[in-house]
Amino acid sequence: MNPILGELTPFVAVLTPAIASLLILISYKNPNIRETWTILATIVTFTLVFSMVPKILDGETMEFVLFEIIPGIEFAFKVDAFGMIFAITSSSLWILVSLYSIGYMRSLEEHAQTRYYFCFAWAIASALGVAFSKNLITLFVFYEILTICTHPLVAHEESEEALAAGRKYLLYLMTSGSFLLAATMITYVLVGSTDFKAGGILSLDSASEIFLQLLFVCYILGFMKAAYMPFHSWLPTAMIAPTPVSALLHAVAVVKAGVFGVVRIICYIYGIELTSSLGLGIMLAAWVSFTVIVANMLAIGEDNFKRRLAYSTINQLSFIILGVSLLSPMAIMGAMMHITFHGYMKITLFLCAGAIAVVTGKKLVSELSGVGKQMPVTVFAFTIGAVGMSGLPPVAGFIGKWYICLGAVQSAEIFNQPIFLTFILVVIIASILDIIYLLPIVKSAFFENPKEEIENKEFGRRLYFFMLVPLSITAIFSVILFIFPDIFSLIELAEVAVDEIYE
Amino acid sequence: MINTVVEQFPALIVTTGVFSAFTILILGLLSRKICYYIVLIVTAFHFILSIFTLQHVLTKGRIHYWFGGWRPPWGIEYVVDELNAYSLIVILFLGLLGIIFAKRSVEKEIEERKLPTFYTVMQLLISGCCGVVVTGDVFNLFVLAEVASLSTYALIAIAGGKALRASYNYLILGSIAICFYLLGIGFLYAVTGTLNMIDMRIILQNLYENKMVHVGFVLVLVGLGIKAAVFPLHTWQPDAYTYAPSAVTLIMSTVVAKTFVYALIRLIFSVFTVNFLELYINAWNLVPWLMGVAIIVASILAYRQNNIKRMLAYSSIVNVAYIVLGISFFNSQWSLSGALVNILNHAVAKGCAFAAVGAIVYKTGIKDVGALAGLANKMPYTSGALLISMLTLIGIPPSAGFVTKFYLAIGCLEMQNYLMLAIILLGTLLTLAYFLRVIEQLYFREGNSTQKEEVPFSMLAPTMFLAILCLAIGIFWLTGIPLEFLKKSITSMGVIFR
Repeated sequence: MNPILGELTPFVAVLTPAIASLLILISYKNPNIRETWTILATIVTFTLVFSMVPKILDGETMEFVLFEIIPGIEFAFKVDAFGMIFAITSSSLWILVSLYSIGYMRSLEEHAQTRYYFCFAWAIASALGVAFSKNLITLFVFYEILTICTHPLVAHEESEEALAAGRKYLLYLMTSGSFLLAATMITYVLVGSTDFKAGGILSLDSASEIFLQLLFVCYILGFMKAAYMPFHSWLPTAMIAPTPVSALLHAVAVVKAGVFGVVRIICYIYGIELTSSLGLGIMLAAWVSFTVIVANMLAIGEDNFKRRLAYSTINQLSFIILGVSLLSPMAIMGAMMHITFHGYMKITLFLCAGAIAVVTGKKLVSELSGVGKQMPVTVFAFTIGAVGMSGLPPVAGFIGKWYICLGAVQSAEIFNQPIFLTFILVVIIASILDIIYLLPIVKSAFFENPKEEIENKEFGRRLYFFMLVPLSITAIFSVILFIFPDIFSLIELAEVAVDEIYE
Repeated sequence: MINTVVEQFPALIVTTGVFSAFTILILGLLSRKICYYIVLIVTAFHFILSIFTLQHVLTKGRIHYWFGGWRPPWGIEYVVDELNAYSLIVILFLGLLGIIFAKRSVEKEIEERKLPTFYTVMQLLISGCCGVVVTGDVFNLFVLAEVASLSTYALIAIAGGKALRASYNYLILGSIAICFYLLGIGFLYAVTGTLNMIDMRIILQNLYENKMVHVGFVLVLVGLGIKAAVFPLHTWQPDAYTYAPSAVTLIMSTVVAKTFVYALIRLIFSVFTVNFLELYINAWNLVPWLMGVAIIVASILAYRQNNIKRMLAYSSIVNVAYIVLGISFFNSQWSLSGALVNILNHAVAKGCAFAAVGAIVYKTGIKDVGALAGLANKMPYTSGALLISMLTLIGIPPSAGFVTKFYLAIGCLEMQNYLMLAIILLGTLLTLAYFLRVIEQLYFREGNSTQKEEVPFSMLAPTMFLAILCLAIGIFWLTGIPLEFLKKSITSMGVIFR
C-alpha cells in the first residue's frame, strides 16, 4: 500500500490540523460544527500518517522539499522510522483526546473554547512538523510555533496564577528556543548543512573536541522541552492548564518534542560514534539519572494530583533520554518505543485525573479516598496506567524498561565499561519509587471509605461518555501494546530506525 | 521606447509629488474633501511607478537620470539601483497604506480647517523621502531630507498639546543633525570638489588618509544617525512617536525612519566604501558593540513603558540597531542581507503595530498598556493584527522578523562573534518580555464590555493587510527566491565578497 498522497503526504499531514484550526476559528458561533472540524481533522491526519507506515517499513524514506531557505538549508519534510513513531503516537492520541476535550470542556462550561481548539490544532500540526522535519531549521520553526501556540492553553484559566504559569512557560521554552537556534546556526556554519542523517553530520574534523562538547550542551539546553532537571519547574507549573492539554501536550506532544530532539541530536547530528568518543553519552546518562530519581522523590511529596503526574512525566522523559544516552542498539530501541508506551500510559493517568476532577471536583491526592467506589471504571483504568508506569507486566511500560536494562548490559559490553551496569540500578530504584507514589492512590481510591455518601457517579451523564470512552481505550491499548507491541508496527519501526543508525 | 519612459520615473515621482503638494494647498481653498483624494491618488500612482522602476532595474540595470540634461558631476543626477528601487517601493507602499489609514483617524484627531495644510505637508513629506531615496547627489539629498524633516516637525506639532514640545525637541535635534550632515558634505566637497556620489566615491579612493575625510565621515554618520534614531542618538524619537497623531506616527515609523536608514547605508557604502571602513576597522568595530548595547538598553526601556506607542517607539530603536548591526558586519553577506530585509520587515511589522494602536486609540482612546484589558473581545480583528505584528517583532518563525534574526545570526557566526549572537537572541527574549505584557492584557484579562466595536473599514483594511504581509513576507524571504535579488543589492552597494 502506498501513502495516500504520495510524496505530499507528510506535508498534507502537517497542513491538515493547521487548516482545521482556521475552520475552527471561522465556525466559532456554532460549537457543534467547530468540534466536527476537530474530529474530522484528527481522523484525516491519523489516516495520512498511518498510510506512510508500510513504505517506511520497507526501509525507504519519503522526502518533500518545500523550498530552499539558504544554500544548504531547505524547508523540507522527511519521514523516517523514528519520526514515524512520534507522529503515530501524537496523531493517534489526538483522536482520543479530542473526544475527551469535548466532554471535559463542555462539562466544565469553560470559556474561550474556540481559542482552545484553535491552539490545540496548531500544537498538533507543529508536533507533526517536528516529527517530519528533514533538518534542524525546519524542526526549529515548528518547535517555536509549538511553544507559542501552547502558551494560550497553559494560561487558559486567565487567573493570575495561570498567567504567571504562562510567563514561566514562555521564559523557559523561548530561552531554550534561542539556544536551539544558536546551536543550529553554529552547526550550519561548521558543516554547511543541518540535515538529519543516520550516523551524524558532525565529526571531529569539523571542530575541536571541547567546541563540540559545548555545542552539545547548547543543544541539550535547546531541548528544554524535555524537562530534565534543573530546568524542569515549568512543567509542574503548566499543570494549571485544562486536563486534556496536560494530557496530550504536556505528556506527549510538547515534552516528547524535546526528547525527540535529543534523540535526533545524538543519533542523527552527532552520531553514535562521535557521541561516545566525546564521552557525551555517559555524561548525559549520569545527568538524567539524577532527574530520574529526584523527580520521583518529589512526586512522593506532591499532593496536587496533576502535579504529581507531572513529576512522573519528568521522570519518564529523562528515562527515555537515559535510554538513548546509553548508546547501545537495544537501549535506543527501548527509548524509541517508550515514547509511544509512555504516551499511552501517561495519557490514561491524566485523563483519569481530569475525569475525577470533573465528576467529583477533587484535585488533591489526599482527597481521593473512596473515589474508586464512585467511579470504578475510571479508577480501574488509572490502575492499569499506574502499573504500567511502574514497569510491571502486563502493561506496555515493562517492555520499555526491559529493553533499556538490556541496553545497559549491551553498552557495558560494547564500550567495555562495567559502569553502565549501574544504570540498571537507577531504573530499578525509579520503578520502586513509581510504585510508592502511584499505587497508594489506587489503594485509597478503592479500599478506603470516603467521608461522604457513596454512589456511582459515572453513569447517567451524557457528556461523561466522551471522557470515559477515550480513557478506557487508552488503558486497553496500554495492555494491548504489551501483548502485541507490534500493533502500530512499533517494534519494526524501532528496528528499522536502529538499523539505520548503526549501519 | 518603454525603457526610456521608465528611466524618467524616479524624477517624475519626486517632481509630481512636490507639485501636487502645492496643488492640494490651492484646491484646499475650494474643497477640503478633495485634498485627501489627491494625496491618495498621487501616492498610489507613484507606487505603481516605483514597481515599474524596480522591474526595470532588475531587468535592464541601473537607471541614471540627468536633471535638465546636465552631465554629472555638474548637474544633479538621480541614480536608481536595486537598493534604491527596493527602498523606494517600501517607502511608497507603506506611505500609501498610511494615507489610506489616515483618512478617518485624522478626521477625528485634527480640526477640519487644518486638513488642507495637513495633507499638503504629508504629500511633501512623502515626496521628500522619495527624493532622498532616488538621488545620487549628496547635496540634493540634504535638500530633500530637509523637505522631509520640516514636514515631519509640522505634522507632529499639528496635534497640539504635548506634541508641540516633542516637535520642538525633534526640530532642535533634527536641525543639529542636518547641520552635521551639511558640514560633513562641506568637508568632503572641500577635498573632492564634487557633490555627485559616484564621482565622490572615485575621488575619495585616494584620500582615505586625509583628516578632512575622517571628519566628514563622522559628521555625516552622526547627522544621519540622529535622523534615523540610531542609539544613543535617538532621544527625540520616543516623544515624537508618542505624541504625534496616530497616522503621522505610522508614517514616521515606516516611511521617514526607513528613508534615513537608507541614506545611512547609501553614504557608508556607496560614497565611502568598504575599503575605507577596513582601513579604520578598529574604530568601526565599536559600532556592533554599541548596537549590542542599544538592543539591550532600548529593550529594557521598552519594558518599562506604560504608553503603548512609546513601547513601540523603543522597539523601533531596537530594530534600527539590528539594521545598523547588520551593516556593521560588512564582510558577511548574510549580515548585510539581514539589514536589508529588516528595512522591509520592520516597516511592515511596525506599520501594522502602529496602525492597530491607532485604531485602538480611535475607537477607545486607550493609550496605556494597563487599560487594554479584554480588548480582544471588543476589537477582535485589530487585536489579531496587533498580535501578529508583535509576534513578528519578536521574531517567531515563519514571520518576517524571524528572517531578520536568522540572517543576522548567520552573519554573526560568519564573523565569529558569538557574543553578538547571544545579544541578538537575548533581544528576542526581551522583546517577548515587553510584548507579552500587551498580549496578556489583550487576550487574557477580562474587559468591561464584550460588545464588538470595530474601526471603519478604511482603517481596518490596511491594518489587516499589513498583518497578513507580516507572515507572507516572512515566508517569501524564506522561500529563497529573493536571495539573488539580495545579493545583487549588496553588490550594488559596492560590497564585493571574496
